[in-house]
Order: sequence, then C-alpha cells, then structure tokens
Amino acid sequence: MEIEVPENVALTKLDWLASWCRKNSLWPMPFATACCGIELMATGASRHDVARFGAEVFRFSPRQCDLMIVAGRVVMKMLPVLQRIWLQMPEPKWCISMGACASTGGIFDTYSVVQGIDRFIPVDMYVPGCPPRPEQLIQAIIDLQDKIQREGSFLGNEFITDARQQPKRALQELELGQLPRSLPIIGGKA
Amino acid sequence: MSPADIHQQLVRQFGDKITGANVTALDPWVEVAPAAIVEVGTYLRDDPALLFDALNDLCAVDYFEPDAKKAAKFAHQPHVEVVYHLYSYTLKHHLKVKAKLPRWKNDQAGELPEIPSVSKVWLIGEWHEREAYDLMGITFTNHPNLRRILCPEDWEGHALRKDYDFPLEYHGIRGQ
Ligand code: SF4
Repeated sequence: MEIEVPENVALTKLDWLASWCRKNSLWPMPFATACCGIELMATGASRHDVARFGAEVFRFSPRQCDLMIVAGRVVMKMLPVLQRIWLQMPEPKWCISMGACASTGGIFDTYSVVQGIDRFIPVDMYVPGCPPRPEQLIQAIIDLQDKIQREGSFLGNEFITDARQQPKRALQELELGQLPRSLPIIGGKA
Repeated sequence: MSPADIHQQLVRQFGDKITGANVTALDPWVEVAPAAIVEVGTYLRDDPALLFDALNDLCAVDYFEPDAKKAAKFAHQPHVEVVYHLYSYTLKHHLKVKAKLPRWKNDQAGELPEIPSVSKVWLIGEWHEREAYDLMGITFTNHPNLRRILCPEDWEGHALRKDYDFPLEYHGIRGQ
C-alpha cells in the first residue's frame, strides 16, 4: 500500500521521535557543590555555549529537570539532600557525575566525603578530570544524547543490554579512522 | 605598639596570668592562663593603647605526642592550644594570644577540655568557637549556643584531633 506524503510531512517512529525530543532538550539540574561547579558555569557561558546541544536551561527546581549534573564533592551531611533532589526529579531522568570528586571522592579521602555518588544514585556518564574542561562535559552530554536516542523509549529499549555494550561515538569514529589518532605536528617533521 | 611593649604592658597589668611569650617570632604571641582569657581579652579590646577591636580568627591546634624524629627539635607535652588572632583596625597592629589546655579534661579520654568563651568580648568568636568545638573538641564555657557548626549534629568524635578514627559508616552511608 502506498501513501501519498505531501512534502511538508515527515514520517517517523513515535519512539524515535520522543527520544529525539528528549535528548535535544535536556534540562540540567546543577548540583554544583564545589570547584567543578565553576567549570559547569563556564560550560553554560557563551564561549562553550551548551545551548548548542539544547541543554542550556539550568533549572534550580528539580521538578523541572531531567538531567542531574553532580559537579563537586558530596559529603555525608549533604547526601540525603542529593538523594531527595534526585527522587524529586520526574522520570525519565539521567545523571552525569562530573569530576573526580563526584565519581570517586577524588583527593578527598577523608572522614566526611562520600567516595563516589554512584553508591547512592544511578549515574549514566562519568566525566574524569579535576576539574574536567567544558569540552569534556559537553562530550559527556553528547554521549548521553546518543544513549538517550538508543535506549530511552516507550518500548523498554533501556532493558536491552546489548545496546549498552556499544562503544561511545567518539571511539567508533576513531575505529573507523574518521578522527586523527594523534595531533598533527605543526611546524616540524612528522 | 611593638609586640614587646604589648607584652610588657600585659605583664604589668596581669602578672603571672601571662604565662609566656615569644615577641620576636614572625607571628608574635603571648600566652595566657586559660581561666584569665576573658579578663585579658576585654583589656586587650578596651585599653586605649591596645584597642584590639577585631578577632580575625580563633583556631585550635592539637599538639599530639611528638614524633620521635621531630622531638629533638620541638619537644613538648601533648596538649591542645587555642589561638586568638587579634588585630586592631584603629592602631593597625597584630597580636596572637594562646591558651594551653590539656588534651582531655582530668586525663579522661573523651572528656573535653574547657576554656571560657570570648564570644561576649568579640561577637564573631561565637562561630569560631563552635567550629573549634566541632572539629577539635574544646568546650567553651558560657558560650550562648555551643553546637556543632559543620558536622551533622549527631556526629561522633572531633575530626581534627590527631587520634581521631574515621567512622566506617554514618546512618548507613559508607565512609571509606
Ligand atoms: S574534581 Fe577537582 S575541581 Fe572537581 S570538585 Fe573535585 S577537587 Fe574540585
């Protein structure tokens, strides 16, 4: 059966469309407790401009957010607050753990600092660095977008574990030779 | 006024309540008997030649058993010290005031040493003393509101003591 489709109409899968909408309008909840928060602000500011990826609407109310960015160390006294904010965010929601401190406690191997927030809330992307550069955070957002496109759905794709085994896009491109393996040498012999 | 002059004046005024001094150190200091700290503090603040109107900082130091290597250079009995960093905005001079306390009251581990609070002399002392209480375990008597300021209220122990053991968990939150 053939259907005549006018030029200004596009056909897609509802599933795909929903994921596409979600991934391009992430609203971050900035849980910026320490120095990484400064880099998070830089990511939002004009030079790096995270608006290019649709994630510029930082909201300070968890009810309006779907991406929690934990930027900085979390202490035991703060942890119940983090968990409550996470629970207040409506589904579907994702979490980026930004920096060494949020992911592992970093240099703060002390009596009060939580050694990795992934012990208490589920984390989708870890960003290494102390602090990570804005480019790294943006890379994490891009990777998260790929993940949302792949997994987020009405159909329960997130439970297909095979999809999760795929390497991230940058790695795939590296494999295919689309990215240079080393930086070109400027003004010298290669 | 030079630190030596300040020391002289204090000794004239208070006699043996001033228990020591080093006026040539980079940060000249005067040591005061703990029980006299409020009296000396009020005098330092109000005397027209001194006018120490600002308590820049109040901190506590834990002098634990000296390490064998360092003992030769700096031998000391284990004790804690409260250090008052004073500054005069009017006369533009500095002074550190110290008070030595035992690590534990009556040598009973867990019983906190006591010193009168200076929060009536310099209001800002109130918060600094709460911090010293929270992290170093020093009780400031006559303090209006001596509660923990940084750690949660039900935290156990005083974290900056040299013999503090890290807790393994806090309300099910695993440390370490
Ligand atoms: S990872 Fe480094 S920059 Fe980030 S919060 Fe920790 S110490 Fe600060």
